[in-house]
Amino acid sequence: MRLRLGALVALGGALGTLARFGLAEALPTPDGVPWATLVVNLAGSFLLGVLLEALDRAGEETSRGRALRLGLGTGLLGGFTTFSSLALEVERLLAGGELAVAGGYVLASLALGLVAAMAGIAVGRGRSPERPGGRAR
Amino acid sequence: MTALLITLAGGLGAALRFWADGAIRARWQPALPVATLTINTAGSLLLGVLVGLLGAGALGPDTVAVLGVGLCGGFTTFSTAMVEVARMWRDGHRRRCLATLALMTVASTVAAAAGMAAATALAT
Repeated sequence: MRLRLGALVALGGALGTLARFGLAEALPTPDGVPWATLVVNLAGSFLLGVLLEALDRAGEETSRGRALRLGLGTGLLGGFTTFSSLALEVERLLAGGELAVAGGYVLASLALGLVAAMAGIAVGRGRSPERPGGRAR
Repeated sequence: MTALLITLAGGLGAALRFWADGAIRARWQPALPVATLTINTAGSLLLGVLVGLLGAGALGPDTVAVLGVGLCGGFTTFSTAMVEVARMWRDGHRRRCLATLALMTVASTVAAAAGMAAATALAT
């Protein structure tokens, strides 16, 4: 069972990574700002907020709910977004003396990431009616 | 070919995160999301090592892309971290939320820098 769930996470993670890689190839980095990382991280945070909140509000987790949470959430959106690229990009900007760009980039990532996740949670809560059995988290 | 290997490595990274997250949570459920903190810091350290080895000429760009963009990118996660801190904020744990954000950013960035410095020192 655990192995099957792991395979589901791996499948989602592979697709999420491919999407992130494709976007990074397509988007330029003008003025040293890594837009691709910012875009995938913000979009992924919003979508994960929607997904997890909607699943939580749906009540006790079913096997279908767990498959969606692990395949789409842990796998696809987890693989789509990245923290290591953000950390390395910030380190590279700092090492290059681009203190203002590094600070702006990291603050924008975190503040907007938090807002995106909150917005996603609000949307996820709104889309599926709350039931008494809903898990509080 | 590299794109395919990056994709496969991303799947492996996500599965490793799933395993590590479960292993850490099974032992410890502290106030701060230690599982995500550990995973993101470890992935950043590895990415720093890889880019350091690339700079020193010890690894080629394709290998670093597969392991860095694929494995480290699939292993670490921004979205989970943000939903975790957004829920803290919603539940009124504002200081805990900001402390997690600060800790994760500093730890990951320092880990990336340390990994790169160590790899550069060892490989050159």
